[in-house]
Amino acid sequence: MTATTTDFLLDASDVSKRYGAVVALRSASLAVKPGEVHALMGANGAGKSTFVKILTGAVTPDSGRIAVRGRDRTVHSPLEARRGGVISVYQEPSLIPDLDIRSNLRLTETPTEPFRDWLQQLGLADLDTSRMARRLPLASLRIIDLARALAIDPDVLILDEMTAALPANLTERVLDVIGQRRGGAGSVLFISHRMIEIAAVCDRATVLREGETVGVVDVEAGSEERIVELMLGEIASEIGARSAAGAAAASAGDLAPRLSVKGLTRRTKLDGVSFDLRAGEVLGVVALEGQGQDELFNILAGSERSDGGQVLLDGAPVEFHHPADAIRAGVVYVAADRAEALLMQRSVRENIALPFSAPIRGWGRIDASAEGRTIDEAVATLQIDARAANEVRRLSGGNQQKVTIARWVARGIQTLLCFDPTRGIDIRTKHQIYRLLRDLAGSGASVLLYTSELKEIQLACDRAIVIFGGQVVDEMDAADADEPTLLRAAHNLAADGGGAVAATAEPAGPA
Amino acid sequence: MTASVSTAPSGGSSRVQSAVEWGRRNAWTLGLLGFLILLLIFTRVIQPRYGVAGIQGLAISVLPLALAAVAQAVVVISGGIDLSIGSMMALTSVVAATLMDGQSAEFAIVAVLIVLLLGLVLGAINGALVVVTRVPDIVVTLAMLFVWAGFALLVRAAPGGAAADWLKDLARGSLVFDWLPRAAVLLVVVVAVIWLPISRTRFGLSLYAVGSDPLAAFRSGVSIGRTKILAYALAGLFAALGGLSLTASTGIGTPVPGPYTLLSVAAIVLGGVSLAGGRGGVFGPVVAVVVLSLIRTDMTFLNINTNLAVVSQGVILIGVVMVGSLLELRRARA
Repeated sequence: MTATTTDFLLDASDVSKRYGAVVALRSASLAVKPGEVHALMGANGAGKSTFVKILTGAVTPDSGRIAVRGRDRTVHSPLEARRGGVISVYQEPSLIPDLDIRSNLRLTETPTEPFRDWLQQLGLADLDTSRMARRLPLASLRIIDLARALAIDPDVLILDEMTAALPANLTERVLDVIGQRRGGAGSVLFISHRMIEIAAVCDRATVLREGETVGVVDVEAGSEERIVELMLGEIASEIGARSAAGAAAASAGDLAPRLSVKGLTRRTKLDGVSFDLRAGEVLGVVALEGQGQDELFNILAGSERSDGGQVLLDGAPVEFHHPADAIRAGVVYVAADRAEALLMQRSVRENIALPFSAPIRGWGRIDASAEGRTIDEAVATLQIDARAANEVRRLSGGNQQKVTIARWVARGIQTLLCFDPTRGIDIRTKHQIYRLLRDLAGSGASVLLYTSELKEIQLACDRAIVIFGGQVVDEMDAADADEPTLLRAAHNLAADGGGAVAATAEPAGPA
Repeated sequence: MTASVSTAPSGGSSRVQSAVEWGRRNAWTLGLLGFLILLLIFTRVIQPRYGVAGIQGLAISVLPLALAAVAQAVVVISGGIDLSIGSMMALTSVVAATLMDGQSAEFAIVAVLIVLLLGLVLGAINGALVVVTRVPDIVVTLAMLFVWAGFALLVRAAPGGAAADWLKDLARGSLVFDWLPRAAVLLVVVVAVIWLPISRTRFGLSLYAVGSDPLAAFRSGVSIGRTKILAYALAGLFAALGGLSLTASTGIGTPVPGPYTLLSVAAIVLGGVSLAGGRGGVFGPVVAVVVLSLIRTDMTFLNINTNLAVVSQGVILIGVVMVGSLLELRRARA
């Protein structure tokens, strides 16, 4: 820890930041060597995002010291950080939607030639730079954003969850390019939830927990365990004991289906999807990106219409014209993007209470005490961290997702459609959400769970169906659904058909 | 430039392609311009006596509102709104008329420069208040509407003062040939001379960036506060030009603000500037002002009740913007 600062390209020590009563960072330190790809790890709420904001100048720390190339820097804005040689790329691209790519480059004073070179390496050589950013697909924008940062050849390149919603083939290219920076003059600070990516490109990892740096680990074979241990602290053992859910609730098999989908079609996306969702089960849905899962969930939740087919709820045919119809019938949608579901500036309580006060006949006085009791119960059941309960947007992503689920739990909803609910959430909260889904199923609810992380199927589901090209191509018990099996099925390969199997599934991003 | 060539089928067609791209981007303004020409022809049909004098009168009468619309457009593109434009015009107008009252023509040049500087300062104060206090722009500028209007009355409690003759002549008559009113040329030149160079600088890009996506702009290294203050200052400059045009056309200064603030908002919306910020330009609003004014003239020619004409102006505004949104929606789906 006490090496001379000149050994490090980026050296931050004892950085702290508090927002009112909430301490976001207690004492964070980070030292990145030249030519190193360094991972910054931490569970959600560990202070990772605050730390990154401080490093990039978006937030000013309360105390601490940050040095780049041995010189102390006080950075008050991304502009100053940029001048100091620190550039970040985020999950959400920082391109201006209403400017064409060329103007975007001019705005950041990015040299064109190196930008072109990097684009080529990233597989986007034929980009037309006169196109408006708003008209380009999100995945391309993410790549352009990265190429733009690389073109400046920064001392420190910060990649903040930029691979989180990138298709697998692009992720590979990005990791390739990052790998090339090893041993060079600049270094990379790499932030990702995916251990496999960390293992593939990083030299060392700094781990944050509860606002403090708890360890620096050399990344090598087997160091994942050590990192997870550090991230989780004392609760590591709890997660070690998997909830081996699959086998336990198999008895639900002979119950009548809660939700029965028969031959559902939608434009070119769904081509006769049929399956049953039983009471008291968590049914996993596995699919590569864009196989019709988005449409399936939208139709079931009432935000999109089907072209043909039938949906039966407890044996009776239903057709939802609006999410309100679905909610009334007890079917609700939990989105991957928390921002779609929550009133970010309102309190946890109001967000949970909203669905009850929504019916028009309830326009009169709200029975505050009864409401309060239900909400308190829900908050307690879900272990929502209520320190920042006045404004939902100040909660961590995991806690926000708990709030979106809590509101339906509080209302006694019986059918949940969860679309990748754990996207961008740390391992610890993920496990809490799995357990919550299991508990809900245990008390008789039905959960349809789409996930982009294949290992979630065995952790949270009873059964799984696999969708490919708008059709259900496979169905299996969770016990049989290990990652290789699911991945083959998702690519519509025969169970024992060969072919190299990558370790990550394609994440489902907005297409 | 190599970028666009590489995607074009052949080198020669890239110029055609960029022309098409330019046309697509300025489609709204070009469409509006086409509509204006049709409207002029229509005017001529219903009123054969409408000629050089009519067009000259039109050009002079639209000057103040056109400049107000440009001022509003600059602020709205940067994601804000300025409700004090009308008051700034009144204040700069009475200051100009008072400074020039009884002074030489040479001094009037100094007076004009002082007034333009005053506009910049007024606008910068608006912008600084918005940025520093973090009170919503609509509230700050609504408050400043009263402040600047009050100052205008302090300078001159009743209409009066004078304007230099050269200033009055600046917008009168025609240039080169009869059908080209001097006022129209003046307007286009003034707006182009100020706006075109700015829109090509990094500040110009920042204006659009801040209005389009403030977070992305911030992360791209744009100083949001400075950009906003400059946007309001630029709006103040255009408002001062509007004030000067008022003094020039009437020969005096009037301390009571005209209906320019709200009309400027209507004009920019019709002129293709998105109230959400980040989209549009300054020439669309200028054309929109002429269109709105000419529609009013035509209604007088057609002997339509003036009050009904005011109603129809509102209806047209909603109709046009609705059609525009529908077109945009279709384009997005295609």
